[in-house]
Amino acid sequence: MQVDSALVHHVADLARLGLTPEDQERYIAEMGRILGYVEKLNELNVDGVEPLVHPFDARNVFRSDEVRPCPDREEALANAPDRSEMFFRVPKVIE
Amino acid sequence: MSHPLGEYELVIGLETHVQLKTATKLFCGCATRFGAEPNSQVCPICTGMPGMLPVLNRHAYELGVRAALALHCEIAPFTKFDRKNYFYPDLPKSYQISQFDVPISKNGWLEAAGEGHTVRVRIHRAHLEEDAGKLLHPESPVGRADYSLVDFNRSGVPLLEIVTEPDLTTPADAHAYLTELKQVLQYTGISDCDMEKGSLRCDANVSVRLRGATVLGTKTEIKNLNSFKFIVKALEHESERQIRVLEGGGRVVQETRLWDPVVGETRVMRSKEEAHDYRSFPDPDLQPFVITAEEVERIRRTLPEMPAARRRRFVESSGLTERDAEILTADRAIADYFEACAALHAAPKLLANWVIGELRKEMNERHLEAESLAEKLPPARLVELARLVEDGKITRLVGKDVLAEVLTSGAAAGRIVADKGLAQIADAGALEPLVDKVIAANGKTVADYRAGKKPALAALIGQVMRETKGKANAPLVTKLLQDRLGA
Amino acid sequence: MPPSAPTAPTAPTELTAHALRAAIVARRLSAREAAEAHFARMERVEPQVKAYLTTCREPALAAADAIDARIARGESVGPLAGVPVALKDNLCTRGVRTTCSSRILEHFVPTYDATAVERLRAAGAVTLGKTNLDEFAMGSSTENSAYGPSLNPWDVTRVPGGSSGGSAAAVAAGTAVAALGSDTGGSIRQPAALCGIVGLKPTYGRVSRFGLVAFASSLDQIGPLTRDVRDSALMLQAIAGPDPHDSTSAAADVPDFARDLEAGVKGLRLGIPKEYFAPGTDPEITRAVEAAIDVLRRAGAEVRAVSLPHTDYGIAAYYVVAPAEASSNLARYDGVRYGLRAGAEGGLLAMYKESRRRGFGREVARRIMLGTFALSSGYYDAYYNQALRVRRLIKRDFDNAFAEVDVVVCPTSPIPAFKVGEKAADPLQMYLADVFTVCLNMAGLPGISIPCGFTSGNLPIGLQLIGRPFDEPTVLRAARAYERETDWHERRPAGLA
Repeated sequence: MQVDSALVHHVADLARLGLTPEDQERYIAEMGRILGYVEKLNELNVDGVEPLVHPFDARNVFRSDEVRPCPDREEALANAPDRSEMFFRVPKVIE
Repeated sequence: MSHPLGEYELVIGLETHVQLKTATKLFCGCATRFGAEPNSQVCPICTGMPGMLPVLNRHAYELGVRAALALHCEIAPFTKFDRKNYFYPDLPKSYQISQFDVPISKNGWLEAAGEGHTVRVRIHRAHLEEDAGKLLHPESPVGRADYSLVDFNRSGVPLLEIVTEPDLTTPADAHAYLTELKQVLQYTGISDCDMEKGSLRCDANVSVRLRGATVLGTKTEIKNLNSFKFIVKALEHESERQIRVLEGGGRVVQETRLWDPVVGETRVMRSKEEAHDYRSFPDPDLQPFVITAEEVERIRRTLPEMPAARRRRFVESSGLTERDAEILTADRAIADYFEACAALHAAPKLLANWVIGELRKEMNERHLEAESLAEKLPPARLVELARLVEDGKITRLVGKDVLAEVLTSGAAAGRIVADKGLAQIADAGALEPLVDKVIAANGKTVADYRAGKKPALAALIGQVMRETKGKANAPLVTKLLQDRLGA
Repeated sequence: MPPSAPTAPTAPTELTAHALRAAIVARRLSAREAAEAHFARMERVEPQVKAYLTTCREPALAAADAIDARIARGESVGPLAGVPVALKDNLCTRGVRTTCSSRILEHFVPTYDATAVERLRAAGAVTLGKTNLDEFAMGSSTENSAYGPSLNPWDVTRVPGGSSGGSAAAVAAGTAVAALGSDTGGSIRQPAALCGIVGLKPTYGRVSRFGLVAFASSLDQIGPLTRDVRDSALMLQAIAGPDPHDSTSAAADVPDFARDLEAGVKGLRLGIPKEYFAPGTDPEITRAVEAAIDVLRRAGAEVRAVSLPHTDYGIAAYYVVAPAEASSNLARYDGVRYGLRAGAEGGLLAMYKESRRRGFGREVARRIMLGTFALSSGYYDAYYNQALRVRRLIKRDFDNAFAEVDVVVCPTSPIPAFKVGEKAADPLQMYLADVFTVCLNMAGLPGISIPCGFTSGNLPIGLQLIGRPFDEPTVLRAARAYERETDWHERRPAGLA
């Protein structure tokens, strides 16, 4: 896998990770090396092998539709970096 | 079709999000009550706090299956949940738990009554997902504030997304489909479908092509359609816009557009190049779900008769007009009420007139919910009233007043008629002096009538009715007047 | 310096949990004295070991007093009554900050307890504080902590392993009798091996993950770090079992883990996977593990060769699956509802990017990048799905092996504790050191690391025993059988104050 600066920027944008020029160079080298190693997975014939997401099969884990009392509103907002009365506050969102 | 498309035809697909009628959210036990104080119906799970995990609401899943069955969908025996990853301040985990490649259902259809034709729409798929929170953009003294506010009460509310095939060809048909969809979901108790409360929301995919073309044109997606009226307007506007672009030698750009109800236009929200890469993958926090054919049948058996079938039955076996059947079936509770009344009476058409006419008017004035109608006015009471009119005991005019009185006092119609002396006056001897009095007092109207102005008779009849407080038998009054005036 | 000779421990900071509880219940020692002895020892050794990020002296002493009061009133107490324990700082604790060793959660105070923490307290354990880890449990040395590395009590110039390095160092240094850690690719077993203690990763789903800050949800599992196998069983007993708040917690009944603990290995079939004895492992480690297998053979176990042919692909598959899940799990740290917020003056997008750039350390950012890439359009099938297919092959390897044997035996880590900074420059080399541990997580299997010797440099060596799904009893039984024949687990580091 050839990792270039365009790819690094694209991925960092998707992940909302700020990049310094130094980060960018580092990622090009490190990701290239790690993904290069990972490519050994392609040595294996996986025809007909289903992807395994969960280690074990369990099915139909439900909860019943019963209301649980919500914690105090102050608890919900206790860790908020910025708030306005009972709302979380963020920089203006432009649609 | 009134829409001016010329040589073009319109292709529409709709994506509708409906809120499932559950007590709690999709993956946590917070209540879903509408109108609660901001951030008062939230917990660490639906605000995406570290270490929190989702557990699926069984009722939401079953309502999803129920809806899918009402839409004639195939139910997936095996289904799973996926994470749709994107950043937005109203999305607490920065991913939405949704269903990507194995939705709970697919391949259904719905038939709606269009203008003079039946609109058949194929349902591509219906899947479960959680709602996001709500963003508010407050005004500051100098215009819009430089911040937005987030309320997570809606975050995690269970939604069913219903996606149609691009089978709709006019805004009116889209309207008919949505009307039918709303009815079906309300009938089956799946959703309130109240757009004002956000429990039904709609996005539209629109493209135009030359009539007869086999390939689809480039589509745009329109968001923010929060009333049926806006949907029709937005579809009209967007199709015209696309045609103008093509006629002008341009190309339609694949993009997401936002309907702006204030200016009545759609505008670009984001282009395809800016389209999200959602990186959907199976949610490792949720195991898959399976349902047996027996369970599907069990749920299917609990479905009520669908509005379309009921309409048909009302027309075919109760002799109602299409229009009456449509009005009566629009609300399941009204239709149920009508049927309960009709069971006590041999002439459903007469009862339908009462329900559609006077009763609906009274309900509106009194803000009476259809659900509580049977309690307020037991079907037997309405039937009694209808019979009093049919049997000539009271006039229809008096009947309207009696209905109001029954609803106010809760007394039986017969009792009210007796107590207030409202029985019909069908005795010529009793009416003749009144007729003479009216003729004497309305010389001008009488002259008009005699001069050939036939409508003047109605005014004179009205006068007699007023004199008797509506109790006079109208045909008899008419006959007496005509006799006196020498018709 | 040779390992210190085993002596019968008497100080509360040297006892096992079961011995300490017995002393407290018999009122030879109060829970308060036990707790205070640990805080006193912390004052002496923490400057060298740096196992803790946060200590909770007052609430701990209050909890200890409550235990003492119950005992004084003759009331029944839990199986961990008065036992001082440490919690890895990725386990949420109500009212006590939970940082995950990250800047992004530096001031985060949960309003809830993790289920495992709640259960530990219900069993009477006294929680002393929160221990250091590699940021968000990503790493094998605790060097990836935003608050500086923890150090190995056996040699404080070396790492304690990771990511549960703080928990392992605390238990080894005598500043906690037992601890909870989490294991996504070896993060309990490897630090246990490097610190000369016992570390158990239960079967995936055995312990609720509710309240464990997620790294990779399909791999993460909470487990105990203890001084011996009996304590391991005791701790597991307290925290195991279904939890209605975790859809992936197993419905399986929880057996009595102590019941067959002393049953020995006679008749047990042990499988030796040849792929785990390949060149590249420190020869001293291979020799110690081979000697340990001999011990088990002499104790009556039947030893057979087995093959786990896809072992060599474990690291590659793991370093796709784990970062992919992590990239999504860590997306919630966006500066909106909690955690570090930076750059908000530049608008929403700047806030996201700055909060996350400043909040996450290098290793975490690297894995977010790798995982985001692996899930992105155009690469999903080639990377993420391919890794999940290989994951199934790895699981099948174990299924086949367990058709023939009851327990698989191998080293825990190919290397002993290394010097701080020695491997920091090359992430891939660091990843490769997880070779013996990641496959269990991929397959969801239970595994334990127990002390089985020392290198010539006096660094602990770990022996790994792997069992069938939900067969912790057999794993614990085999581990206990080895422990009964040896005294490695009784050795304590001598270099500390």
